[in-house]
Amino acid sequence: MSATVKWFWFASPQTFFPLAGTIARWCAIAAALLAAAGLYVGFFVAPTDAQQGEAYRIIFIHVPAAWMSMFLYVVMAFWAAIGLAFNTRLSGMMASGIAPTGALFTFIALWTGALWGRPTWGAYWVWDARLTSELILLFLYLGFMALQAAIDDPRRADRAGALLAIVGAVNVPIIYYSVQWWNTLHQGASVSLTRAPSMASAMLAGMVLMALAFWLYSIAAALARVRCIILERE
Amino acid sequence: MLEASDLDCQRGGRALFRGLSFALRGGELLRVAGENGSGKTSLLKILCGLLAPDQGEVRWRGEPIRRLREDYARNLVYLGHAPAVKDDLTAAENLSIACTLAGIEAPAQSVHEALARYGLAAGQAPVRKLSQGQRRRAALARLLLSQGVPLWLLDEPFAALDASAARLTEELIARHVAGGGAVVYTTHQDANIDVKEPRVVELG
Amino acid sequence: MIAAARCIVVRDLLLALRRRSDVATALLFFVIVASLFPLGVGAEPNLLRAVAPGVIWVAALLSTMLSLGRLFAADHADGTLEQMLLGAAPLGVVVAAKSFAHWLAAGLPLVAIAPVIALQYDLPASLYGVLALSLLLGTPVLSLIGAIGAALTLGLRGGGVLLSLLVLPLYVPVLIIGAGSVDMAAAGLAPAGQLQLLAAMLVVAAAFAPWAIAAALRISTE
Repeated sequence: MSATVKWFWFASPQTFFPLAGTIARWCAIAAALLAAAGLYVGFFVAPTDAQQGEAYRIIFIHVPAAWMSMFLYVVMAFWAAIGLAFNTRLSGMMASGIAPTGALFTFIALWTGALWGRPTWGAYWVWDARLTSELILLFLYLGFMALQAAIDDPRRADRAGALLAIVGAVNVPIIYYSVQWWNTLHQGASVSLTRAPSMASAMLAGMVLMALAFWLYSIAAALARVRCIILERE
Repeated sequence: MLEASDLDCQRGGRALFRGLSFALRGGELLRVAGENGSGKTSLLKILCGLLAPDQGEVRWRGEPIRRLREDYARNLVYLGHAPAVKDDLTAAENLSIACTLAGIEAPAQSVHEALARYGLAAGQAPVRKLSQGQRRRAALARLLLSQGVPLWLLDEPFAALDASAARLTEELIARHVAGGGAVVYTTHQDANIDVKEPRVVELG
Repeated sequence: MIAAARCIVVRDLLLALRRRSDVATALLFFVIVASLFPLGVGAEPNLLRAVAPGVIWVAALLSTMLSLGRLFAADHADGTLEQMLLGAAPLGVVVAAKSFAHWLAAGLPLVAIAPVIALQYDLPASLYGVLALSLLLGTPVLSLIGAIGAALTLGLRGGGVLLSLLVLPLYVPVLIIGAGSVDMAAAGLAPAGQLQLLAAMLVVAAAFAPWAIAAALRISTE
């Protein structure tokens, strides 16, 4: 019982404000450290790939960014659902705070995917299943942000965005599988950026480090944004 | 029957009213008075369930209306600012659709009679061709078919009405209250509604 | 409940009939968009035959989206939407009826016109059936999903374009499966699997979308 009370105490934006600041600061520091470690592993420790040479190293940013973009959408939809179910103001702010970071990682994933594609397959964009899904995910994020920007009343903005996020989250697996199928239907050449080179343990370690770094950065960025939103509204 | 407890309403950053409470029983008439922009329409919408109050709740026969949804809606008639008629349909079509959606039986004969009482010939003209006052009357004709509905929530029912239509509306409201129904209405004008103890809530 | 649903369908169809030009404009848009593609990519018959299913599907999608603005905006403006929110029938039933009426006026005619467009693209006649069936199953899904977007963007500035941004990503699976079914048939493979998938999407959308639309309407009008 006291645990529940404690959670709901933090659900008030006023009390959450200082807590968010503290968490954000620690996460930002940790993120910077992990990113440094991850990049070091990625660029210096991991062996050169037999097929793709040095260019493959961009995978250390591309794959974690893609993971984050999908993970953050689910988290955003989760907070949105909580906000709709319990009518708490803070949950809606969390969802709004996460969205731009999610969009950023999607964009990074797309860019790094294109940069990877050029030296490897000769073209910047090859309409492979993952890149196409990421593109649609970017549209979902941008749609969420555009909807919230178009609504003046903060309460309606939060709730409308929440519904959109939930509908989007339900559709993401459907979109992903239909794009996969579309890819197999139309692809003659089996060009695929999703087929990563066989993983040496050092490569995997590098990617996991970067993923953790991105995750902590996301927490820091989202909480910083939530603090701004709290200041704006209350 | 209808209880409002501790209602708060904020619109556009301004607090319209705080801690508003009242109870309405069958056979009572409540007038909501106040300046323009004091929240009369918002209060009526909160009482319908169209708007959620920032705080407090509205109860119908003891149950919160948020839980009752359609069961509550079936017990009320709400006539808002807009006449709620489709321009491209005739007055008769509009009225029978309104009644069907509200779950009220309305055979064509009664629809035409109701419109005739309000001085609207059952023509084939779409509402678009009617004047503002005629549109209002077409909307109010619904009251003639809603005698069995306990709660009437009327926002500015006398606006844009001429004397005879206004008198007819006053009679209808008085008769409804005398028959045990409850009516909440807002108005700028002085209304002479023949009721034992009319109550007033002042906003702003 | 049935009476209310029937009343709404009849009402919306009557309104569409009395505003025929709105309905006709959306259909004309479908034809124009489909006619633009050959002007853009050249009239090489093999190319056109290959892109026909995709082009027709995209044009259908865009035309449906264009007509979604009609769904709730007019009722919201003249106050009749409020009355529906206060009606005796559950809001889910009301919006399902409205979406169905919308499909009858905006989606079903597309199914009828599609073979004419297919003629323009010299699509083999054997594929007309699959094309029509895929559109028949897919356009109601487009109406239902689009209605969610229309409800969310009710009364907002930048409405039409914002609606497109919200709804197009959600349309992608229907587009892929719908156009894909015709492509499969064109390649000589059986399209039954894709058509069944479309039917499944329709069932799921018909079951869940009305509640999402009702929730969105409440959010937008509160």
